[in-house]
Amino acid sequence: MGEGDTFGQPVAHGVAAGMGGLRTAGDLVARLQLTRGLRLPEAKRYVADKLGVTVEDLSDPVAMYDVRRALGLGTYYDSQYCGTADPNSIEAKFHIADLLDLPINCVERFRRVSAPRRMGA
Amino acid sequence: MGDGSLVHLSRDEIRADLEAGTQAAAARAKVPPLAQDELDHLLEIYASPYRVVGVPQGAEVILTTDGSGTQDMGSRLNDLQIYEQVICTDTIELYNHDYSYKAVKTILPYEQTIMRQAQLLTTVPLQYGAMPDLGRYTQPDGPVQNWSELLPLGRFDEARAAQEEAVEQSADDIEFVAEGMVQAGADGLDLDTVGAAGDADFLAALKAVQAIRARFPDFGIQFGMASEFVLGMHGQLEYDGKRLAGLWPLDQLRLAQKAGATVFGPAINVNTGKTCAWNSARALTIVKPCMAEAQIPVHLNVGMGVGGVPMHVSPPLDAVSRAARAAVDILKIDGL
Repeated sequence: MGEGDTFGQPVAHGVAAGMGGLRTAGDLVARLQLTRGLRLPEAKRYVADKLGVTVEDLSDPVAMYDVRRALGLGTYYDSQYCGTADPNSIEAKFHIADLLDLPINCVERFRRVSAPRRMGA
Repeated sequence: MGDGSLVHLSRDEIRADLEAGTQAAAARAKVPPLAQDELDHLLEIYASPYRVVGVPQGAEVILTTDGSGTQDMGSRLNDLQIYEQVICTDTIELYNHDYSYKAVKTILPYEQTIMRQAQLLTTVPLQYGAMPDLGRYTQPDGPVQNWSELLPLGRFDEARAAQEEAVEQSADDIEFVAEGMVQAGADGLDLDTVGAAGDADFLAALKAVQAIRARFPDFGIQFGMASEFVLGMHGQLEYDGKRLAGLWPLDQLRLAQKAGATVFGPAINVNTGKTCAWNSARALTIVKPCMAEAQIPVHLNVGMGVGGVPMHVSPPLDAVSRAARAAVDILKIDGL
């Protein structure tokens, strides 16, 4: 909503003020805002406590790169930086839901639709 | 300038514009002007000679979007992946070119298919977004009488009845799409440009949010405004005992969070004939009362033509970065 339009504006806002998404913990903090409606300081504190890092670390791409890989929280689609053992996308969201103790809709849907089925059940 | 054109100003001229901007907001929205130390800080931001300015380390905020990508290159899934992997935004949003819940309702299964696929292939929160877009419910394209035609004829009762009918249909459509997106795995719903058609548009969004929240307690709901002031196209509509016509952002926020939104986005219009400093001071003054009272995150709209960002498809980097930093530094905003 905030940064609205495209054609470079997200880049400008990201450079000036953005947390950095997958580069950092921006997506994790955003989940607390969207799902729990937490204000920014509370959302950052919650995520930092769950990750065992400082609030300042959350916006540090170097610190968070190691944390994300260690905890399987998802990273870039790149063969150099995301091996076959590294969770990503829906795989990573299972870890995020567990770590943040937060319901993630698509994870719950995945569990639901992938559960074993039997004819006539 | 507010239209994006380049202008050279002295520090004194910038200072004068900042003071004029906050005073204009205070007079118009009946809110306190910014304090002197805040104006001094804005002066440092807007008088900076640097092309890009940024918030202090550790003060970064969450970025949300009204739609991710252009949809004119590659696929919509590509758009989302580019936003997540290349631009590295904190959230992404799937949308349809026809950015209206009324339009999306008729193609919901196709939108659900993209959403469920995208949820498998992305990591950051992925919402679905569109506009309440109440005007779409009017004849000749929509089902109800056109209040914009009735009002000039003095047929006020019919105009009001038409809007009330449209409110119910719009709220139903938004809830219908929300249900479909919950089924498809979405993380949230973005109601963009709420109030674009006036108080009835605002009421439709509030009713939809209330219904969605009652059914889906963990679903994210962004409530983004169309402009700073709710127009009284109907004039008598209320929500929770509050008359909607004429509401400014603080009251908009109160109702949005009461209805069940998890993020509120005020939108303060830009005056294209004034400088960015003037516009930013004005926008921050109007939004500032929200920050003390908000129980949910406030994400200031800073797309083109709102929140101090020039009304141009390619707003200059210096103007955009200053608007962003000003909002974070002065308002302690939760996101942009």
